[in-house]
Amino acid sequence: MDFLQLIISGLANGCVYGLIALGFVLIYKATEAVNFAQGDFMMLGAFVCIGFTNHEYMGLNFWLAVPLSILVMGAFGYLFNWGILRHMFGQSQTSIVILTIAMGFIIRFFAGATWSHEPTSLETPYAGQELRPGGLVLGVDEVLIVVVTAILTLVFYLFFSRTRIGLAMQAASQNQLAAYYMGIPVKRIHSLVWGLSGMVAAVAGVLFASKGAIDPSTGLLGIKAFAAAAIGGFGSLPGALLGGLIIGLVEPLAARYGPPGVSQIAPYAILLLILIFRPGGIFSQTQRKKV
Amino acid sequence: MRYVFKTSYDADIRLFKHRAQAVWYGLLLLLVLATPLYFVAIGDAYLLGEITGVLILAIAGMGLMLLTGHTGLPSLGHATFMAMGCYVNINLLGAGVPWVVAFPLSGLIAGAFGTLIALPVLRLHGVYLALATLAMSILTSDFVVMAEPWTGGIAGAAVPDINLFGIEINRYATPYKFYYLVLFVAILLVWFYRNLLRTPTGRSFTAIRDSEISARAMGINLTRTKATSFFLSATAAGLAGALFGHSAGYVTNETFDLVMSITLLLMIVIGGLGFIHGAFFGAIVVGIIPVAIANGRSFLATTFDVNINVPGLESALFAFILVCFILFEPMGLYGRWLKIRTYFELFPFYRKDMFKRQKSYLKTDRIQ
Amino acid sequence: MSLLDIQNITLKFGGLVAVDNVSLAVEKGEVFALVGPNGAGKSTIFNLISRFYDPVAGTIRFDGHDLLQNAADQVPGFGIARTFQNIELFEQATVLQNLLVGRHRHRQTGLLSNIVFSPKAYREEVRHREAVEEVIDFLNLQPYRDKMIGGLPYGVRKVVELGRALASEPKLLLLDEPASGLSVEETQDMAFWIEDIQTQMGISVMMVEHDMGLVSAVSDRVMALSDGKELAMGIATEVQSHPAVIEAYLGTGEVSKTGTSRA
Repeated sequence: MDFLQLIISGLANGCVYGLIALGFVLIYKATEAVNFAQGDFMMLGAFVCIGFTNHEYMGLNFWLAVPLSILVMGAFGYLFNWGILRHMFGQSQTSIVILTIAMGFIIRFFAGATWSHEPTSLETPYAGQELRPGGLVLGVDEVLIVVVTAILTLVFYLFFSRTRIGLAMQAASQNQLAAYYMGIPVKRIHSLVWGLSGMVAAVAGVLFASKGAIDPSTGLLGIKAFAAAAIGGFGSLPGALLGGLIIGLVEPLAARYGPPGVSQIAPYAILLLILIFRPGGIFSQTQRKKV
Repeated sequence: MRYVFKTSYDADIRLFKHRAQAVWYGLLLLLVLATPLYFVAIGDAYLLGEITGVLILAIAGMGLMLLTGHTGLPSLGHATFMAMGCYVNINLLGAGVPWVVAFPLSGLIAGAFGTLIALPVLRLHGVYLALATLAMSILTSDFVVMAEPWTGGIAGAAVPDINLFGIEINRYATPYKFYYLVLFVAILLVWFYRNLLRTPTGRSFTAIRDSEISARAMGINLTRTKATSFFLSATAAGLAGALFGHSAGYVTNETFDLVMSITLLLMIVIGGLGFIHGAFFGAIVVGIIPVAIANGRSFLATTFDVNINVPGLESALFAFILVCFILFEPMGLYGRWLKIRTYFELFPFYRKDMFKRQKSYLKTDRIQ
Repeated sequence: MSLLDIQNITLKFGGLVAVDNVSLAVEKGEVFALVGPNGAGKSTIFNLISRFYDPVAGTIRFDGHDLLQNAADQVPGFGIARTFQNIELFEQATVLQNLLVGRHRHRQTGLLSNIVFSPKAYREEVRHREAVEEVIDFLNLQPYRDKMIGGLPYGVRKVVELGRALASEPKLLLLDEPASGLSVEETQDMAFWIEDIQTQMGISVMMVEHDMGLVSAVSDRVMALSDGKELAMGIATEVQSHPAVIEAYLGTGEVSKTGTSRA
């Protein structure tokens, strides 16, 4: 039983990592840019929701605050691309990496100055409630994380395979220039992708902050999500989620059964090992450029 | 505008393009050599210590500049090599090795370590390399804790004083000697760096930065050349780390953290990627920001009675400056300086598009 | 023995056969041209010689060496230099620096002597610069000598790329569409240069080119390719009038005759 609960809380954590990873795989797939601030987007999303919900701030109804904060973060992602990244079209990938790292610093400062430097929890209507199916004690927050992540995955799958704009995004990712010639507004698509990934970050943030406390430096969690994305090979949405789950499970298991300190370094060690030995991810087949 | 009529191959090879340039750099050298006199006169060496710190940062910056600015390989883990250099230095000094031997060795060992780490990831492209070095940088603190017998772990380790041919050098007791020592190392490295850039080694670095495929078609071995660049870069970082240790006096597992790695990278971008000057300009900015913030804070507190005390302000301001630079002056401070200089040299014929660069469209690095 | 000897080479990308059992030989002192429609596999053959691609079958020998036993960065060392279809210069360097990189295969000093700029490194540097200045004179690049590549017009870049290849003092020069995008005058200059490279410098040239005017003006032998297969081989006029070649060019009945036509 104890073991099962360990697994479930690991899965819940893993879903959050997976969602963050999903956010930057989205961006990477569609724009070739890597958002080193995705974890900070998540943190910002959580704080925006805390700002709407918690009674010391605005005290709105939780179920109103969540869609609001998702919208706010969507707008934030869209405007970030429209206002800043769009002007860097054509600069090297390294500059974009550096720029997003710098954005992370700014977001952390902004969140700390606007809300709080102290660990803060999101006040949810389901806080502390538990489900007890067959002797297990499951926090509603943890169950919710798993359910929401599953639903989001399904939604994204349908979005990319069925909708016009989803297909356009895929086209833009596979060949920017050709997509441009086909009349796909590549730059607007980029902004939309950034908006979308802002929204995913908000969801991840809300889920994370409802389960535990969050503070501005929580954004550094994004690096664990890099490990998740690396396991999935950076280009795959389901791979990112699966990678998140693996990292989420490794942490508590290593803490329980491994020597002390291992659980702390495990995600980064995995990231390093994967980059060295399987840079294409553990599920990928290598691709070759045609003609 | 000055026209330089080149009449020999030496004219292209020489360190200075014309006599005026040599004179200017000579004056600069005199200035940095004479700086301590000012502090002797006012009898307070605090600021000199800060200037020494800037020089140490610039040394590490030069290392990273060689890798990122001239070879085109990003690294988010240079603090790790600084840590390596610092701890090797401490241990060698502790074992009774004289400083003149321990110091260069600490750089070389850090360089060898860096090459060893880098070899497997060198075949990866930009972003992957950034990620791998990022992971390395995060793990550094844990490894420092694990290697407690050599590093002192969380409790930290004291850095012995420098004994250079019988001269005792300590950052606090003898700030002037320490300044001259760091200055000497910095100037020596600048000379090495300049030599590299005017010989085949440096040209093969920039060739790889600008076009890997072309570099290969010219006979440049990508892996070996990148590894060489990584070695030199980590060596410089290791030397900077050793000096940083002497400057700090005491180092713990949190001294060489991720923030330091990232600061180094942001620093050289602000200074100007691809120019040796950039490492120095960037280091000056990093050195000035905390001073400026402290002054601004006390100004606000005394004049308006407003107390601002927000953690992270320093990094955020620094990051904000960087964002502005990437957006409006991708060539960094040095690029801005070049433009201003050219404006006055050519007055009134300067055109806005003179420094326009061909945009390189993002090439996918997923398939190659 | 031929300078470059390619036997039965085949390259596949997945299911697509890009080069299908092609054999050819370039003799010493010859200008050899590859022609054919887009996608015929001409540039692919260059990339095979440069060792950017691994063939599934066949052999490539150059000057007594088996190229397939060597990596891409060792090929220039045997004396093969090349240009690219879409110019691949070092954008953030000057023309002079670009040409100096071309000298890389003649490098004799190591890292240490470079760092301290030893007398040996200095002497080597002077030698490289002498060689490069000759190329600059030959190609009339003096006005652009210290200019950044990023700001140069297309035609000049094309010449700089030729210069970088020449700076390596090759035995065989691979030119991938040397005249594409050039004006009539620039193409004419290119034709003169190729002729001089062949006759004065004694360098063999292999080129891929669509401009049949240039091809017939400078080349000794021409091979026509289509869909990775050899269609015809011979002197320019023979190949141009070969029925299979005419058909390959969509049955228009004639091959482009624009560009230079010199006697």
